[in-house]
Amino acid sequence: MNSKLNLDFSVVEQARNSAKNIALDIQQFIDKHTTVAVERTVARLLGVDGVDDIERPLPNVIVDHIKEIGGLAEGASYWIGNAMIETGKSPQEIAEAIAAGQMDLSKVAKAPMADVQAAVNKVATATVAKIKANREERDAYLERLGEGPRPYLYVIVATGNIYEDILQAQAAARQGADIIAVIRTTGQSLLDYVPYGPTTEGFGGTYATQANFKLMRKALDEVGEEIGKYIRLCNYCSGLCMPEIAAMGAVERLDVMLNDALYGILFRDINMQRTLVDQFFSRIINGFAGIIINTGEDNYLTTADAVEEAHTVLASQFINEQFAVLAGLPEEQMGLGHAFEMNPNIEDGFLMELAQAQMAKEIFPNAPLKYMPPTKYKTGNIFKGHIQDALFNMVAITTGQSLQLLGMLTEAIHTPLLQDRALSIENAKYIFNNMRNFGNEIEFKQDGMIQKRAQKVLKEAADMLVQIDSEGLIATIEQGKFAGVKRAMDGGKGLNGVTLKADTYFNPFIPLMLGGAK
Amino acid sequence: MSNTLDLTKVKPYGDTLNDGMVQFSFTLPVPHGDEGKEAARQLLLKMGIEEPQVVHAEDLGVGYTMFTLYGKCQHTVDYTSIHVPKVDVDIMDKYGVEDFIKENIKRDIVIVGACTGTDAHTVGIDAIMNMKGFAGHYGLERYKGIEAINLGSQVPNEEFIAKAVELNADAIVVSQVVTQKDVHIKNLTNLIELLEAEGLRDKMIVICGGPRISHELAKELGFDAGFGAETYAEHVASFVVNEIVDKGRA
Repeated sequence: MNSKLNLDFSVVEQARNSAKNIALDIQQFIDKHTTVAVERTVARLLGVDGVDDIERPLPNVIVDHIKEIGGLAEGASYWIGNAMIETGKSPQEIAEAIAAGQMDLSKVAKAPMADVQAAVNKVATATVAKIKANREERDAYLERLGEGPRPYLYVIVATGNIYEDILQAQAAARQGADIIAVIRTTGQSLLDYVPYGPTTEGFGGTYATQANFKLMRKALDEVGEEIGKYIRLCNYCSGLCMPEIAAMGAVERLDVMLNDALYGILFRDINMQRTLVDQFFSRIINGFAGIIINTGEDNYLTTADAVEEAHTVLASQFINEQFAVLAGLPEEQMGLGHAFEMNPNIEDGFLMELAQAQMAKEIFPNAPLKYMPPTKYKTGNIFKGHIQDALFNMVAITTGQSLQLLGMLTEAIHTPLLQDRALSIENAKYIFNNMRNFGNEIEFKQDGMIQKRAQKVLKEAADMLVQIDSEGLIATIEQGKFAGVKRAMDGGKGLNGVTLKADTYFNPFIPLMLGGAK
Repeated sequence: MSNTLDLTKVKPYGDTLNDGMVQFSFTLPVPHGDEGKEAARQLLLKMGIEEPQVVHAEDLGVGYTMFTLYGKCQHTVDYTSIHVPKVDVDIMDKYGVEDFIKENIKRDIVIVGACTGTDAHTVGIDAIMNMKGFAGHYGLERYKGIEAINLGSQVPNEEFIAKAVELNADAIVVSQVVTQKDVHIKNLTNLIELLEAEGLRDKMIVICGGPRISHELAKELGFDAGFGAETYAEHVASFVVNEIVDKGRA
């Protein structure tokens, strides 16, 4: 391709190869293990839903029971399938019987393995068909209603009440938004279960629940019909229930999911073994469901310096890309993240931001890059904040970013007011329209500041990846090389939910979904 | 309109002393139109604003309207009688703090920081604790004579206290960024209650900080000090080292 930055694509190739080795090394570990979250996801996909009389989600009830009888290594599919054959009950009825204390899976007679697999596959195939139908429904909407031009205007709603969120989301759609992200209440990432039912009182967000997904999906479809444009719905597939949330999103036709291979390890102190295994299954589901994932590299720059640590963002994007490849996620669904987070007082900071955004686009040309707005250096001066966001929007339209999370002039003050969001949409619409083809009309000076900046960041990222490849990803994280955060192999939350698979383990959804919907 | 400055009667300044000019921006849950504009204007009159003018009105898409208005405030405040409680300590720079520790404390001091409860926003605690600091103000990790330990985000209060005891902390620093529905007040109160229940409250210096935290609020909740926006590691360090000496814990 014709590089405006005069990048050396042999260095890009070398970096990609290092990242591939790094991911393959970890994949060997992933393939040998399962987690309670993965098994709860299997239970959900087999139709287990609802809560017992003390509000425990039934997927937790059944998987906790399997763990208690020492059966996690065989997988939920085996235990549920065996009980289906021996009792004639559905997976949901089995979960209800366990919740009521009327069934002990270890006491159920053992059916032949081939029969168990056949019984489970029948149910799994029906679920997979339903998810495929959702994907086709999205395609049909896009065909019939169309969508906004890229960069998509991506805004958040965060009232903590799903019904209030719906009002704000519909307003944003009418104002011009293309993607609505429903902010998740703080702390859900550390819950080892998915709450049930609609949220009306969350702190700074709602829970990611199936009921909330369903309510918002319906509201966005309605407003989409009215304004003649498909509105995408985004939520957060992260934390201790990463694959369960992916499954819920696939069933309720979400379109975009935050889904990073390393974010939970670094920023939520979730055990790395747990997150690495969980991210694999969650990405298989997201890939099959046609969901665009968003990776979280932008977060690195909220703790580390955006100028000095820019190469860690690129290195992580390469690694996230390779993990996504292994989970069968197509490039067109890899919303790799980066951010406009340099200190606004730096001379020529805009040039460096422009260089890095262009670099990301040239290195990942088919990925719908997710570009995140300034947050760290927002001060409460809303007037300056609005201009910071304008510069951010200029870089995005010039370099062809795809998912533009709009900055808010009131960042660092409160979650967006209705009018804040309207002003930020107006800002982006003005700049994107007024500068639509600016990027196609300009070239960068040979060996000028912009070209040199991008070449430097690429070189540093490639060097870092060579080093990670030789030391291993786990050692690199243990040394604190990403975001300045150190995490231990056996530290963090959720380690006790990780287990080695038995030889007889099977998860029907991996072969059915890996590689996307064909 | 008087054109001399009287600090006992201060009002906003637009382009002429004492003109009282204020800008307003808000949304009303009414449709865009003449009635909406009149509603916005009347609201300013009720606020005691003279000559309110609607300069912009915009439909927000759900039958609500955003307004921008200007008007003249008739009220004044007596600037000379204002008293704001502040952390009462002379702020030293990094080197000043380091010298103070060497001369007056003569040992390394331990400061443990965390973003507690469900709060996952570490930007504040990182700015105070981490090596790099923020906006050119180095963090406590870089100070000679201070052992700074940042426990990160979403640390339960119980775990935070246990860690502080284990590390023999001289001071603990809590950051609270998320303040929706006053969740920070509940969490900060809970920390003090736990410390008191375990008889630890007077054994360490307890500090909180965040964009919506004031010293006054912190004192009210039972903390030794509170640090709001535009305070850096040197503010926290200056307070801590002075307290250690004042309370005879050197």
